[in-house]
Amino acid sequence: MIEFDGVGHTYDTNPVVSDVDTKLDQRRVAFVGANGSGKSTVARMINGLVVPTRGHVRVNGLDTASEGRKVRKHVGFVFTNPDSQIVMPTAGEDVAFSLRGSGLSKKERAARAAEVLAEYGLDPEHPAHQLSGGQKQLLALCSMLVLDPDVLVCDEPTTLLDLRNKRRFTELLGLLRQQVVLVTHDLDLLDDFDRVLVFDDGRVVADDEPAAAVRYYRNLVS
Amino acid sequence: MTPLGLYEPGGSVLHRAPAGPKLLTVVALAAAVVLLDSPWWLGGALAAVLAGYVVARVPRRRWWPLVRTLVIVSVVVFAVQWWLLGATTAAVVCLRLVTALAAASLFTLTTRVDDVVSTVERVVRPLQRFGVRPEMVGLLVGLTVQAIATLSGIAGEVRAAAKARGADRSPTAFVVPFLVRTLRHADQLGEALAARGTGDR
Repeated sequence: MIEFDGVGHTYDTNPVVSDVDTKLDQRRVAFVGANGSGKSTVARMINGLVVPTRGHVRVNGLDTASEGRKVRKHVGFVFTNPDSQIVMPTAGEDVAFSLRGSGLSKKERAARAAEVLAEYGLDPEHPAHQLSGGQKQLLALCSMLVLDPDVLVCDEPTTLLDLRNKRRFTELLGLLRQQVVLVTHDLDLLDDFDRVLVFDDGRVVADDEPAAAVRYYRNLVS
Repeated sequence: MTPLGLYEPGGSVLHRAPAGPKLLTVVALAAAVVLLDSPWWLGGALAAVLAGYVVARVPRRRWWPLVRTLVIVSVVVFAVQWWLLGATTAAVVCLRLVTALAAASLFTLTTRVDDVVSTVERVVRPLQRFGVRPEMVGLLVGLTVQAIATLSGIAGEVRAAAKARGADRSPTAFVVPFLVRTLRHADQLGEALAARGTGDR
């Protein structure tokens, strides 16, 4: 359960998020909105990457501002550009990197990483930077799933992917046991979502099932 | 792929050797080639390193870019040194440079970054009592090794973009986007590390 309680955020003197007051408990939630509408900032608040300057964000009852460390154990985050997320040279090492500090031995970390990568058809020995765009995004997903978070936030993860990989990635998100919060411009991918929030000028201006929310958004930008 | 390559999977004795002693050997070799000033001894050290490439069965696609880079660097360095200090000194300087770089590259080609990070963490662990965080030092080393590949990739893309605009001879067309992209990458990487809980432990 993700709770936004009177949340606002200001960069310098510019308010970028205002009056977000909602609870997200559906399995598949999407944020849509124009560039600069505040949706990515709100998404980053879910795992404490951005801390609200007003109000509180709680995940499973944990405040992201004061208990960020605990929150990040519950919330995984997948970014737009997987190249920026790859820390280690091979796929296996990169996924195992997420498990540092988990108390597992090096061998156990490598075995667990190989297991997760195998589920998604990736070779642990493959140089991470030489994977295709779609495979790199899968690797980014694996590096989060290996931690078995309760919530997965994905900030425009399909922006750099071709249509086939976009569909495949979205289908995979649909199969996960985790609660997924997807920030996206791909309105065609929202059909199977439970709830869509439309952002404009830092506020939630519509909150509905996908078809109605997308219709609202199309009218807003037309 | 960067010429100063990252890990190349393999099963040779060099691949199987523990990272710590390998790292010590490379450091000792680098120190030795700085102290040696006989071209014959330096030639011997280089031959030993090249033998390492044979033992590790490094494929051609990995050693050829390195050879090309080292030849270009050596020609430039040799020419300058010869002009300034004479042929013997120029040969000594080039042999030192090539031996040290070839040895460092052989180390990265046969050692997983993860193993390097673990070794560094082990080595600095006694410093924990002085406030040093071994996992952060290890991560720093790992990211530094990774940065070679990342920055090479960014440089290649920026060069290609400048060429496409007919500005391949303009230093500004390279330096400005290279710096901007490097800083943006650093920013995004920091955010990704924070999202993965690095620094939280």
